[in-house]
Amino acid sequence: MEIDPFIFRFSIFILAIFVGYYVVWSVTPSLHTPLMSVTNAISSVIIVGAIIAALAGSSENIFEMSNIFGFLAIVLAAVNIFGGFLVTQRMLQMYKKKKKK
Amino acid sequence: MISANLSAIFYLISGILFILALRGLSSPETSRQGNFFGILGMIIAITVTFFTIGNFSTSTIYVLIFLLVGGAIGALIAFKIPMTAMPELVAGFHSLVGLAAVFVAISAFKNPQAFNLGVPGDIKLASLIEMSIGAAVGAITFSGSIIAFLKLRGIMSGSPITFTGQHIVNLIIGISIFLLIYFLCISQSENFFWSMIAISFLIGVLLIIPIGGADMPVVISMLNSYSGWAAAGIGFTLENTALIITGALVGSSGAILSYIMCKGMNRSFFSVILGGFGGDTSVSKDKKKDQKPVKSGNAEDAAFLLKNASSVIIVPGYGMAVAQAQHALREMVDTLKKNDIKVSYAVHPVAGRMPGHMNVLLAEANVPYDEVFELDDINNDFANTDVAFVIGANDVTNPVAKTDPQSPIFGMPVLDVEKCKSVLFVKRSLSPGYAGVDNELFYRENTMMLFADAKKMTEDIVKNIN
Repeated sequence: MEIDPFIFRFSIFILAIFVGYYVVWSVTPSLHTPLMSVTNAISSVIIVGAIIAALAGSSENIFEMSNIFGFLAIVLAAVNIFGGFLVTQRMLQMYKKKKKK
Repeated sequence: MISANLSAIFYLISGILFILALRGLSSPETSRQGNFFGILGMIIAITVTFFTIGNFSTSTIYVLIFLLVGGAIGALIAFKIPMTAMPELVAGFHSLVGLAAVFVAISAFKNPQAFNLGVPGDIKLASLIEMSIGAAVGAITFSGSIIAFLKLRGIMSGSPITFTGQHIVNLIIGISIFLLIYFLCISQSENFFWSMIAISFLIGVLLIIPIGGADMPVVISMLNSYSGWAAAGIGFTLENTALIITGALVGSSGAILSYIMCKGMNRSFFSVILGGFGGDTSVSKDKKKDQKPVKSGNAEDAAFLLKNASSVIIVPGYGMAVAQAQHALREMVDTLKKNDIKVSYAVHPVAGRMPGHMNVLLAEANVPYDEVFELDDINNDFANTDVAFVIGANDVTNPVAKTDPQSPIFGMPVLDVEKCKSVLFVKRSLSPGYAGVDNELFYRENTMMLFADAKKMTEDIVKNIN
């Protein structure tokens, strides 16, 4: 009997939850705000689905309803990707060590 | 055009890069490299998607244009936003992820062929369930984050909004979402899909309105977690590893942060979610503090005390963020250091409106991160410190949490500021903090209240020290 591919994806999902659990506990509390902004940026990888949706169907009629929602999702996710990574970068740049005298 | 197997490998690589991005945050030194890994992972994921679809046409140009428009808006926001507005920015960004998840789910529902999920009216059952969950969680994330954003921004009052039968209404709506998904799976009818999304938006609003301002750290973390689960739901629909891994990472990250925040307040997750804390109910039990004497002082007195101390601990709180006093505070600390006084900062886990809020503000004011300590690391030091300088914090310093089992904040971990030889407490009035509890610290022998705006007071102290 073959295993449903869903089970494989589900296994990845569960393992990733565990990886996330251990990785996030090791994040230093002073960086919890950057953690939120960076997780926000990476969850925008949902743009992958948006691009597929936007490019689906025939190229003559690219503004079918499903395409339009794809395009809208691209804009939203792109705001997050650029905004999220850049604001994280800006915050992290501010964390400095004590100057040695 | 690259093969499906090859692209799956690339998606796996970007998933791993995202894990490394979070791993980098274990220390400030590695964090910038971590962020770079995150960006790299994102570039790989997007590029691979284009190549997997192949077939470059005019639509590809449109996609790039929309991508750049969104990117430009995002970049502009990222550069313009003041650090004090970080909590509402994060809430706003969460809402976008949620809405994007809803939109992708709608496209998948309208055009399932594009994602290999079947044809309209006959979508694979598993995919239908996955996209419904993605859409529902996404919708809750969106409307919930909007409410959180409005509350943090001050457009909406931060006080809890409650009405009778609230929990019953929420429960009914929650059950209806599941029923609608069930009927959708049986009938494949569009109407069920749209109603399910509509009431998910509604419950997002209803879930967040009863939660008060100072519980926002929990709410933001919780919405962070939701946005992850929504992404994972869509990841299952699209059979995309990068999205599944990321969704799981973000989901567990947000869940852990919520847990840490709840623990910092000694409250159960459910009591926060059910809301209404700090409303009229808890204030009503006022035990007439029959006008105990309060010692108050001015900037001159404070400067005198600080100047003659040999060690000082600064305890910042939300009030510092409101007054934008972090720069003035750093100046004060610099002056103290010039006089050979040892200064460190003590940050409570729930100080501010989001996890790590105080740390970011202090970092912005150029405070080195190795001078800022967490509750557990510094709490023993108060006993051999001369002056505690409490600026904008309140409940997190209240000794009542250790002594009075009747108090609503009993059991909450607090900073032991009262153990210092003297305590300087910058505050605008004697009003109780968010929890509605009078702070016993105000009436202590060794406490001096400095009634003023945090920023102005700190500036005045600097003048008086010099």
